[in-house]
Amino acid sequence: MADGITLENVVKTYGNGDTAVHALRGVNMSVAKGEVVGLIGPSGSGKSTLLKCLGAVIEPSSGKMTIGDQCIYDNGWKVRDLRALRRDLIGFIFQAPYLIPFLDVTDNVALLPMLAGKPNAAARKMAHDLLDALDVGHRAAAMPSQLSGGEQQRVAIARALINRPPVILADEPTAPLDGQRALAVVALLNDMAQQFDTAIIIVTHDEKIIPTFKRLYNIREGLTVEEIPKGISLPASAVALFESDTARDKV
Amino acid sequence: MISLAGRDILHGWGKFVLTGVGLGLLIGVTLSMAGVYRGMVDDAQALLDNSHADLWVVQKDTLGPYAEPSSLPEDSERPIQAMRGVAQAAGVTYLTMQIAQGDKDVRVMVVGTEMGEPGMPGQPTHLIAGRQIVRGHYEAVADIKSGFAIGDRVKVRRNFYTVVGLTSRMVSSGGDPMLFLSLKDAQAAQFQKDSDAIVRQRARTEANPQLNPPGNPAVAAAVNAVQSGSTNVNAVLVTITPDADPDIVANAIRRWQRLTVYTRAEMEEILVQKLIANSARQIAMFLVILSIVSAAIVAFIIYTMTIGKIREIAVLKLIGTRNRTISWMILQQALGLGLIGFVVGKIAASLWAPFFPKFVLLLPADRSGAFLRSC
Ligand SMILES: Nc1ncnc2c1ncn2[C@@H]1O[C@H](COP(=O)(O)OP(=O)(O)OP(=O)(O)O)[C@@H](O)[C@H]1O
Ligand SMILES: [Mg+2]
Repeated sequence: MADGITLENVVKTYGNGDTAVHALRGVNMSVAKGEVVGLIGPSGSGKSTLLKCLGAVIEPSSGKMTIGDQCIYDNGWKVRDLRALRRDLIGFIFQAPYLIPFLDVTDNVALLPMLAGKPNAAARKMAHDLLDALDVGHRAAAMPSQLSGGEQQRVAIARALINRPPVILADEPTAPLDGQRALAVVALLNDMAQQFDTAIIIVTHDEKIIPTFKRLYNIREGLTVEEIPKGISLPASAVALFESDTARDKV
Repeated sequence: MISLAGRDILHGWGKFVLTGVGLGLLIGVTLSMAGVYRGMVDDAQALLDNSHADLWVVQKDTLGPYAEPSSLPEDSERPIQAMRGVAQAAGVTYLTMQIAQGDKDVRVMVVGTEMGEPGMPGQPTHLIAGRQIVRGHYEAVADIKSGFAIGDRVKVRRNFYTVVGLTSRMVSSGGDPMLFLSLKDAQAAQFQKDSDAIVRQRARTEANPQLNPPGNPAVAAAVNAVQSGSTNVNAVLVTITPDADPDIVANAIRRWQRLTVYTRAEMEEILVQKLIANSARQIAMFLVILSIVSAAIVAFIIYTMTIGKIREIAVLKLIGTRNRTISWMILQQALGLGLIGFVVGKIAASLWAPFFPKFVLLLPADRSGAFLRSC
């Protein structure tokens, strides 16, 4: 499988001197395109820090990061426009959907291609197609506040996917959802990873979804340890899991 | 690309409009304050404009006739009239007094003007109804602000005058409406003594052997006649011929007539710098504070508006929105607020301006200033 993301010896130290916090002490991991991996670890072990480094939100202290065949960090940023990097190469999914409250569902998703310079109509067409694929197409004209929690999270996933980024970083995306919906979201992300050939890293505490990962990284005190979970099989179509609550919404 | 600012405003337009209206009322107050200040200066200028004079000739070494009392003989106008460069010269009297209007009192400035030929300096201009004074006696032209109507009878001192014409914007430097009388009537009103005073005056004259030499009663009669009437004026207003230079003519009058003369520019300086200086400065000071407070409130509104959206802004930045795009969004909203505030402020200020007792001059420049400040 082609390379999605590789991290070599990534170190992140917050502050310096006596107050320095060694959040990452040399992390190594790699995720292939089309693969979904879990990242677990106790609180304060450096999971969010790792995602922030990879998402170019904060700068690592040292190490090397590669996305696809592009080296983005090698003891210093290798890309000039980090904003464009975030926009074009990385999709973010957060614990809460964080949709823009004053834009309707379509434009929340279409905003990214628009920011990248796509004409409005083309961007909206892309958004509609993706929302349909995620089974929220019928809510395309609604405002975020009118959606259920699960629908909001699917819109957030659509937003992360719209620019077809090679990498998606999800920080506890299932935290606010109950067991059924949490599994549905993971299944959906698995579907999307394959459909769009995307490397996805999911940070989670969620016991229910941990067994679904084919590969799992366990991070302790800033160092990753790879583990292979026992694995449970996912339903054939992930979207099927949403059907019950979608049907409810339609009523 | 869609307009983020526009969408945000549409999403919460009620709050946005309310904020804008609140801001507008504040701007309205600031505009009115500026209007009050301008109104004061404009009243002073209107007084000068409406006198139609190029030069003011007043009692020697006084700042008359508006800022200090000034009195000079009516016949000083004749030699002035004869000087080179002088087109017209006319005596004028000013007297501010309370007069009855219906069952209330109004404060007016009684102006005595020469009615000899039309267009003499000092005559009422801006006639909006009726006609000028044509009879030598007992006719008046009133400013509309006094509340009088054509045909009303106005009592000034002992005599009644009929209002034959109405003017607008003819006010004293203090904003009191003018009441024009013929010079003779006004002199009578200003200088005439009441009967008791005349009786006492006569008694004093008769008791004074120098004014009442024994065996020559004609002397006392002559003295009394001189004392009872007055042919003084407060100033002589002069217009100059088109080719003359006001400073040169003023210098000539100063030299030959030994009187104090002010040009239009000097008179304006006296009015603005001396007469209304303190009250204007008071208002200007208030205006400065009000502007600072408005600016602080505007800054605060924009600050809270931004802080309220901090999470959306963080998300926008994370998904790759340029800082410029985000600043532009905030700026556009500030401009939008400014626009609403400006329109509401302008309307509010124009609505309540007529209820001010004195003239409030709202200038477009002030409004654009307020608009710019509010952005
Ligand atoms: N901005 C910061 N400045 C200093 N120290 C920080 C900062 N952010 C995180 N840390 C520290 O770095 C360590 C790793 O934090 P991080 O947020 O990555 O943990 P986490 O694994 O995501 O934990 P959790 O599961 O609770 O979210 C912690 O000890 C934390 O206190
Ligand atoms: Mg975390």
